[in-house]
Amino acid sequence: MTSSTGPILTVENLNAYFGDFHAVKGVNLEVQRNEVVSLIGPSGCGKSTFIRCLNRLHEEVPSANCEGRVLIEGQNIYAENADPVVVRRKVGMVFQKPNPFPGLSIFENVALGLKLAGITKKSVVTEIVEWSLRKSALWDEVKDSLSSPGLSLSGGQQQRLCLARTLAVKPPVILMDEPTSALDPISTAKIEELVMELKQEVTVVIVTHNMQQASRISDKTAFFLMGELMEFDETSALFTNPKNLKTEQYITGRFG
Amino acid sequence: MGLQATSFQDRKRKAINIAALGAVLGLAFLAAVPFVLVSGYILVKGIGSVDWAFFTELPKGPGETGGGMANAMAGTGVLVTMACLLGIPWGMATGIYLSEYGHGKTASILRFTVDLLTSVPSIIVGIFVYGLIVVHIGYSSYAGAAALAIIMLPIVARSTEEIMKLIPNSVREAGLALGLPRWKVILRILVPGCMGGLVTGFMLAIARVAGETAPLLFTAFGNQFYSTSLDQPIASLPVQIYNFAKSGFPDLVRQSWAGALVLVGLVFFLNFGTRSLLYLKNRKEIKS
Amino acid sequence: MQLEVAEKLTVKQAKPKASSAPRRKLDIHFGDRVFYYILKASAWGVVGLLLLMVGLLLDMSWPAFVEFGPKFLINPEWNPWTGEFGALSFVYGTVVSSLIAVALALPVSVGVALFLNELAPTWLARPVGFFVEMLAAIPSIVYGMWGLFVLAPFLRNYLQPFLHETLGFLPLFQGPMLGYGMLAAGIILAVMITPTIASISREVFKAIPLGYREAALGLGATRWEMLKIAVLKTGASGIIGATILGLGRALGETMAVTLVIGNKAHISASLFDTAQTMASVLANEYAEADSDLQLAALTAVGLTLFIVSLFINSIARYVVWQVDKKYAGMGR
Repeated sequence: MTSSTGPILTVENLNAYFGDFHAVKGVNLEVQRNEVVSLIGPSGCGKSTFIRCLNRLHEEVPSANCEGRVLIEGQNIYAENADPVVVRRKVGMVFQKPNPFPGLSIFENVALGLKLAGITKKSVVTEIVEWSLRKSALWDEVKDSLSSPGLSLSGGQQQRLCLARTLAVKPPVILMDEPTSALDPISTAKIEELVMELKQEVTVVIVTHNMQQASRISDKTAFFLMGELMEFDETSALFTNPKNLKTEQYITGRFG
Repeated sequence: MGLQATSFQDRKRKAINIAALGAVLGLAFLAAVPFVLVSGYILVKGIGSVDWAFFTELPKGPGETGGGMANAMAGTGVLVTMACLLGIPWGMATGIYLSEYGHGKTASILRFTVDLLTSVPSIIVGIFVYGLIVVHIGYSSYAGAAALAIIMLPIVARSTEEIMKLIPNSVREAGLALGLPRWKVILRILVPGCMGGLVTGFMLAIARVAGETAPLLFTAFGNQFYSTSLDQPIASLPVQIYNFAKSGFPDLVRQSWAGALVLVGLVFFLNFGTRSLLYLKNRKEIKS
Repeated sequence: MQLEVAEKLTVKQAKPKASSAPRRKLDIHFGDRVFYYILKASAWGVVGLLLLMVGLLLDMSWPAFVEFGPKFLINPEWNPWTGEFGALSFVYGTVVSSLIAVALALPVSVGVALFLNELAPTWLARPVGFFVEMLAAIPSIVYGMWGLFVLAPFLRNYLQPFLHETLGFLPLFQGPMLGYGMLAAGIILAVMITPTIASISREVFKAIPLGYREAALGLGATRWEMLKIAVLKTGASGIIGATILGLGRALGETMAVTLVIGNKAHISASLFDTAQTMASVLANEYAEADSDLQLAALTAVGLTLFIVSLFINSIARYVVWQVDKKYAGMGR
């Protein structure tokens, strides 16, 4: 069932709702392996809701639901027998605000996903934790304080810890919901750098408010407006030569 | 790797998940059981026991049948009214001070003290009032009301503070800008403006003290007739229920069930009434 | 964003800031000054009241402390006829009945809080939450009656024989099966403190940012694992605070206990046996004390209870405050 040639993520006619409110309207999208895809658009355009449908986190909000098909490596995550818990292990997520678990040390935070997945062998866990922390460029800063609380780190470090926590379970796809909006410019730059390195191994879908960020880090960019996908193209093409009038107006700052 | 939970590990986790959530559900319903049982019993036993004489007649001696708790109900009315006369103004003044002038460390100390006073066991308040009043003038309405007032005080103070803090600062500034002195702004504009909320706090405090027994045992004490003087012992519904319930005489026990029904009815009425008042008020505010 | 709209549905209303009125110099107006001092005196009067309580109780119980010294607290003998007074059996009764109550109430309360906050749909959470809160409004004396006439016979006829048969090899479950006694007191207290622990735990859970729950789910946690990691573990100190507050309430509870505990001043290993708590001995004997020494000794029991409950409540409030501080300004 390896489908390493096809798209890793396929979204077919996805609709999402909060009660009666239609938040995402009939979106179709394909993401290839090892791509970084940015989602941009004004506040309330549905881009956050959209990525929360990709790991079935949207349905955890009371009164929220969605319909459509989302295929990860060819398999529909909304299939009858698909288990959201398994889905979320394959589609990791980094949130807007850094949220290391209080009461857990740095090490425990990273190892938590492994523990949940049933990987308990100490040598394996230690190895993966170190690998994840290295991948998220945090290892050198915390290797001597692995047992101190995750919350003792600075905001930027916390966010990299959350990234490491997500990486540890080795999901093929990682979703990021404005991961830098709560960070200072230096921490932001670090995260951006990491995203670009990470695409060797994973596929990243990132929501951002910042158009410069989208153009810096992503291969492709999708523009959302009022819950609809207005345009999806190579980043360079979308920013230099948008086909849609609304896209052009947005990226030139005429609204948003 | 599929998206189904196929591995043994995942199946086990799913099973634990379902079992644990089921346990949580079970515990939650277990908590509702006492409520149903207690209120059910009070309702059934109480309705079977209450009669007209209960509301109109004085208690009869042990072993006799008939009689009622009219004096106890009147006594509770007297005691609660007197307690309000002391507890509400004092509590309100404290609450207003905390809300309007309470800053920094001293205010934290005051708040902490008020909270501690809330948690003093009510029987201790009884002993305190015994030493403060009863040893000087004897069992009396004054002593009973003082004990209830001390219990009301912190409840009224904290609810007043919380309610007053909800008033936006612009209202205070608008009042001051009219050239009103601060005390007039507070008494003429702020207090009337949140009267509904304040009254809710008072009612909850009344509901709390109306059912108090322990602080009255050796302050108001109790008797079998209408009290005509405030420096004499006075009956109250909770104390009467207690005395009748432990007497063992069937007809007195019957009357204590009736008393429990009346007491719970009163407390629920006060609670429920204020809550729906608050609910309606909130809804109105959200609409406007 | 729509997401934020949805979050708002579950977010509890932002608490007002500690002080809504900015600091201002006291106006020179005469009326203002009078008003201010009246309010200030009222507020400090509360502190004075609490100090007066401590002072007066100390003064009233002084003869007992002079007579018995610190031995008062470790002497199990309480005999008004011989004039020998020790508080140990009451301390024992209070501590054991309260611990039974906490042991029973804690899992139920946390279960209720989890259910109402995390699992139940609003249409169900509201009435159930209301039921549980109403439990807190029922007067203590009514619980006492129910305990005396309904719970105690039930224990005598069903629960105690059952416990005796299954766990009777433990001294805890031996002895006469009277119904009323330590076990009945513990159960009644558990019912009475459940709303306290449940409602504070609920507040604590509500204050935990939604992000923790989502992060746990996002890592592939099942719902129960999410509750464990993001809610129970995160809110642990708050649950502890709530439990201590519940304990404080159980310690001082008087009427319900007085009616069901059997009121006998002795120490028995059996939970079926009668006992006496600090609060219940006051309710039973204070108005009928035969001697000044007995009155002083009873007041000393009261003072002990007073100080213990002040201490317990201070700790609980401190713990709960720390939790509040931890999440202050963190949003959801």
